[in-house]
Amino acid sequence: MALLQIAEPGESAAPHQHRLAVGIDLGTTNSLVATVRSGLAVVISDELGRPLLPSVVRYLPDGNCDVGYEAQARQAIDPRNTIASVKRFMGRGLQDIVQREALPYLFDEGPGMLRLNTVAGRKSPVEVSAEILRVLRLRAEASLGGPLVGAVITVPAYFDDAQRQATKDAARLAGLPVLRLLNEPTAAAVAYGLDNASEGTYAVYDLGGGTFDISILRLSRGIFEVLATGGDSALGGDDFDHRIFCWLLEAAQLKPLSVEDARMLLTRAREAKEYLTFHGVAPINARLNSGEVVDLTLTTEIFAEITQTLVAKTIQPVKKALRDAGLSVAEVKGVVMVGGATRMPQVQRAVGDFFRQEPLNNLDPDKVVAIGAATQANLLAGNGLGGDNWLLLDVIPLSLGLETMGGLVEKIIPRNSTIPTARAQEFTTFRDGQTALAVHVVQGERELVSDCRSLARFELRGIPPMVAGAARIRVTFQVDADGLLAVTAREQTVGVEASIVVKPSYGLSDDEIAGMLKDSMLHVRDDALRRALKESQTDAQRLIEAVRSAIDTDGELLSVEERSRIEHDVSNLQAALLGDNRRQIMLAMDDLEADTKDFAARRMDKSIRRAFSGRHINELDSEVAAARTGEHA
Amino acid sequence: MAVTLSQRAANHVANYMVKRGKGIGLRLGVRTSGCSGMAYKLEFADVVHPDDIEFESHGVKVLIDPKSLPYLDGTELDYAREGLNEGFRFNNPNVKDACGCGESFNV
Repeated sequence: MALLQIAEPGESAAPHQHRLAVGIDLGTTNSLVATVRSGLAVVISDELGRPLLPSVVRYLPDGNCDVGYEAQARQAIDPRNTIASVKRFMGRGLQDIVQREALPYLFDEGPGMLRLNTVAGRKSPVEVSAEILRVLRLRAEASLGGPLVGAVITVPAYFDDAQRQATKDAARLAGLPVLRLLNEPTAAAVAYGLDNASEGTYAVYDLGGGTFDISILRLSRGIFEVLATGGDSALGGDDFDHRIFCWLLEAAQLKPLSVEDARMLLTRAREAKEYLTFHGVAPINARLNSGEVVDLTLTTEIFAEITQTLVAKTIQPVKKALRDAGLSVAEVKGVVMVGGATRMPQVQRAVGDFFRQEPLNNLDPDKVVAIGAATQANLLAGNGLGGDNWLLLDVIPLSLGLETMGGLVEKIIPRNSTIPTARAQEFTTFRDGQTALAVHVVQGERELVSDCRSLARFELRGIPPMVAGAARIRVTFQVDADGLLAVTAREQTVGVEASIVVKPSYGLSDDEIAGMLKDSMLHVRDDALRRALKESQTDAQRLIEAVRSAIDTDGELLSVEERSRIEHDVSNLQAALLGDNRRQIMLAMDDLEADTKDFAARRMDKSIRRAFSGRHINELDSEVAAARTGEHA
Repeated sequence: MAVTLSQRAANHVANYMVKRGKGIGLRLGVRTSGCSGMAYKLEFADVVHPDDIEFESHGVKVLIDPKSLPYLDGTELDYAREGLNEGFRFNNPNVKDACGCGESFNV
């Protein structure tokens, strides 16, 4: 007999119509699945009552794998086949992985992203993540008593298209329909915002196992808007473990460790970190395979000291995000703490000191994201939530645009635009008779294509031959709710169309994004000058093209002297184009324009004459024809 | 005529009501639908309708519309756990047969 849940008034589902949906926090260190039960979002625990699923997958020689605690327990004895923190590899190539030599895995390059060689074969990060998602799906289905209509899966705000797409692919592989991807901090705000329903500007400080995100959100009239995001996709609780590990090596003066010993000491380091949240000192004892014995005591003071730089590293992106949002510290009404690593007292203290207020931490920081995701999933699955209908607006981290003549960037969607969004702009052809247009999609804040990141290229073919500037090509940029970009180019007169969904092979790290933003600020003046130069060069080239084609068609309208003077001007301008003196180009253009003015006027007269005489003849013809018809009638 | 809640069910309802932050009780009912003719309605109640029949069980107010009552008379609402799955169950003496899943029934 089915077990029923309490519905909101008037919203009892018809039998067999329950739409079971879950929210999944696919974390670097731990993953969770939550659902809305009788109007309340709860995390679903496993058979032993454990809410977390360690994001660890251990591949076995028979091709199967263990996921979660079982795999985590074997990390020390089988590090090569036990994949932890796979989220860091999602959508990434080999060269993106920092400190690769510190990891025990056998990496390999693969199409699109790296591969891991395990005893069960070559695995992509997508496959590894899918194993985690599959376990969560089965857990949810067992708990809810039926198949799921879908899941909302959270990703760090800074995940780029490749990383988001990889996450979606993993869900598909795990047999899980994705209702949408949701930024983790946004999910956390959902969890808090719905409980507290207070309006204002909030900061979400999310220090998870492997990623740090800061988001500035505005909650008003039940609508969440992300004003700015920032972070560091390679900073988290794992790094604090690593600091303790390094301290251990130094304090105990250990010789180089075997892979197994290193793994074991890292586990001890993590345990010490967690112990220090509620205690002043943490004893660390271990007997290594090498026979060495570690017996040390870590105090909160030493811990705070050795991790000071890590904590400080989280404050920089906070400042930047506030600047992006145009807000001062005083305007932030509350700070939401998310992620297990925010339990560390020194982190709480640093965030409290920076924002000059006590951070909000009344929800379990490990569960907040999953709970918010479950709430959203319930809504998207069509299970109403009383009157609390809200929208979620996310932003894109970097501007999206395309390359125009001269290697310049035309920004179509500026950064920090809320998504989903679609914008279109019209472009035209540069040359007479041009039948194809190359569309080059770029991401970044700089004015020149060479300084931005190339996302994709495609060609629109089949444009009917027309004079330069007559074709009307509408280019549409569409960013869906998951942050994925689709670009379409359509020629308006005949309707030929070409499009691409951007799924770049490699992601941008936060450092790169930060670097690109900084560059754009440093180079504002520089870029403006370079842009002006490029524009003049493009104009000059267009002028030369136009003059050449005019001489080809109407060359007989020019005297020999006129013609040689114009040709002289053209070669002068071409010479100026070889350099980068904008003034010289402008002067040469002025000369050419002055010397072709009469020529242009004569051409105009000629075409008007042609038009008139043409019409005359037609009219005459029809009059004659009409007269003849009259005679016969 | 009476409809009751088990102690476990009442505890869960009270807990959900506190977290929901509003509501006066629980509304039970039956509707005609589903593969075996009728289906249960289990909802939070925010208002009492004029012709509602009220019961009180372990401190939880239960509202039932008069048309539904004959089909529910004698029912005990229980809260059960089956493996990972948990939720409310109608122990209804009027049911002659139910569909395999128990979400709809016949009297």
